Amino acid sequence: MSLPRVLFLCLTLACLASQGGQAAAQDAGGTLAKIKRTGTIMLGVRDGSIPFSYLDDQQQYQGYSVDLCSKIVEAVQQHLGMAVKVVMNPVTSANRIPLMANGTIDLECGSTTNNAERQKQVAFAPTMFVIGSRLLTKKSANINSLADMRGKTLVATAGTTTLKQMTMLNAERKLGMTIVVGKDHPESFLMMETGRAAAEANDDILLASQVASARNPGDFVIGKEALSVEPYGIMMRRGDPAFKTVVDAALVRVYQSAEFPQLYRKWFQSPIPPKGINLNFPMPEQLKAVIAKPTDSPDPAAYAVNAAKR
Amino acid sequence: MNYHWNWRIFGEMSPDGVHTYWDTLLSGLAWTLATSLAGWVMALALGFAVGALRTLPGRWLPLLGTAYVELFRNVPLLVQMFLWFFVAPELLPQAAGDWLKAMPNAPFATAVICLGFFTSARVAVQVTAGIQALAGGQRLAALALGLDLPQTYRFVLLPLALRVILPPLTSEFLNIIKNSSVALTIGLMELTASARSIQEFSFQVFEAFSAATLIYVLVNLTVIAAMRLLERRLALPGTLGAR
Repeated sequence: MSLPRVLFLCLTLACLASQGGQAAAQDAGGTLAKIKRTGTIMLGVRDGSIPFSYLDDQQQYQGYSVDLCSKIVEAVQQHLGMAVKVVMNPVTSANRIPLMANGTIDLECGSTTNNAERQKQVAFAPTMFVIGSRLLTKKSANINSLADMRGKTLVATAGTTTLKQMTMLNAERKLGMTIVVGKDHPESFLMMETGRAAAEANDDILLASQVASARNPGDFVIGKEALSVEPYGIMMRRGDPAFKTVVDAALVRVYQSAEFPQLYRKWFQSPIPPKGINLNFPMPEQLKAVIAKPTDSPDPAAYAVNAAKR
Repeated sequence: MNYHWNWRIFGEMSPDGVHTYWDTLLSGLAWTLATSLAGWVMALALGFAVGALRTLPGRWLPLLGTAYVELFRNVPLLVQMFLWFFVAPELLPQAAGDWLKAMPNAPFATAVICLGFFTSARVAVQVTAGIQALAGGQRLAALALGLDLPQTYRFVLLPLALRVILPPLTSEFLNIIKNSSVALTIGLMELTASARSIQEFSFQVFEAFSAATLIYVLVNLTVIAAMRLLERRLALPGTLGAR
């Protein structure tokens, strides 16, 4: 085929795809209608986001976000007045958006950062966790703050907001760090562990779980300095106010019940399957504040105000 | 489908606050081209050497060449990337390993070496086949003219073989460009990795990957056009469709 013909074919396919997309969106009639029609709710889950959403040794998906989602499912059942079958569908950071957009999953129960740019594409339930990004280093390296990293190598995971922020801080404070990129979180940890980088920058809760599952947890230390604050949220389709109202109300009910502190302790301060590791991660002040006053704001400033009180 | 299309995303500022998403893609393209071209040069040099080795008289040298080929073409590229990046430095003495790990642009250098070795094994097989496809009299005639063995390879066999195997070499060239995307697993921000980072930051996954796909197709069509031109100029009269 000649080049113009190939291009023409590509364009035709693209047009067909976008038209088909619009037609499907029109007859969907919202997530609640879809759940009612099919009698099923599809949950997007992750296989390695410990302790939010992961596969255990029994091949069951579980975690903090999965527990919260099952509370939402109960509320949906009550709202529709019918029993709903729950199907767990594993997703990755690369395919969660297409699968949400085409209706394969209705809720994403993982560890997804809620930010303004992403809210143009999807909606988020009230914030369920607040992380700070911090540095993980070897104790032997004796690095206490970002200033100690001057001229050293830092690793962050590709596509994370931490990577973007480290790039900015590096330029702003003229630290002259070499920033390398890990494909995923385990690889970033591997780079730090094998000495390709002096420190790993990541969400503090992820760092805590990496340390807890490392061969020698005692060798590593998580920095005290929180470099930024970010909300995590359960993700759903945008422009579906009826479904969002049910989801939001369900989560707010959980947050305000006596059950919530237990749920937190279960996943963050007790041994969790499969290996029985304990993350020993006390509830951050920012999370306490947002649980008392639930919000789905993507703006870090909405949470940073509380950080100042610390 | 409930999807908010936004083709203007490429003009928007990327999270580093300096470059647009379009610049992100272009820098990814630059890394893809740099990696695959450098790897291709290495693959051609090694591939021709090993390919010729496998056609030499005697027993041990061809066996050595075959061992090389089987080693590099039977291990998955992804595994080779990991071995070069994470395992190789640990096998060296401590100081050398540390120096290697602290090297700037380590993912780039590693990706070039890995792609170079992987592709060289495939080029070597084609070079061997090319030499074996020549009429047996060529080698004998060259030797009878008084050329020694290196001269026979340099002036007669390799130039002829190159002209015979150009079409499959075009495929290998296209392969190395596409294979360079595996380097994203060791942290090289090439084209596929750039598209992934755009989708992570903006959630505009279809736009990001459509653009990356289109760029790959355009690059590969350019390579094909250039190689066709070369094939036509170098075609051996009387063989393979030459006029």
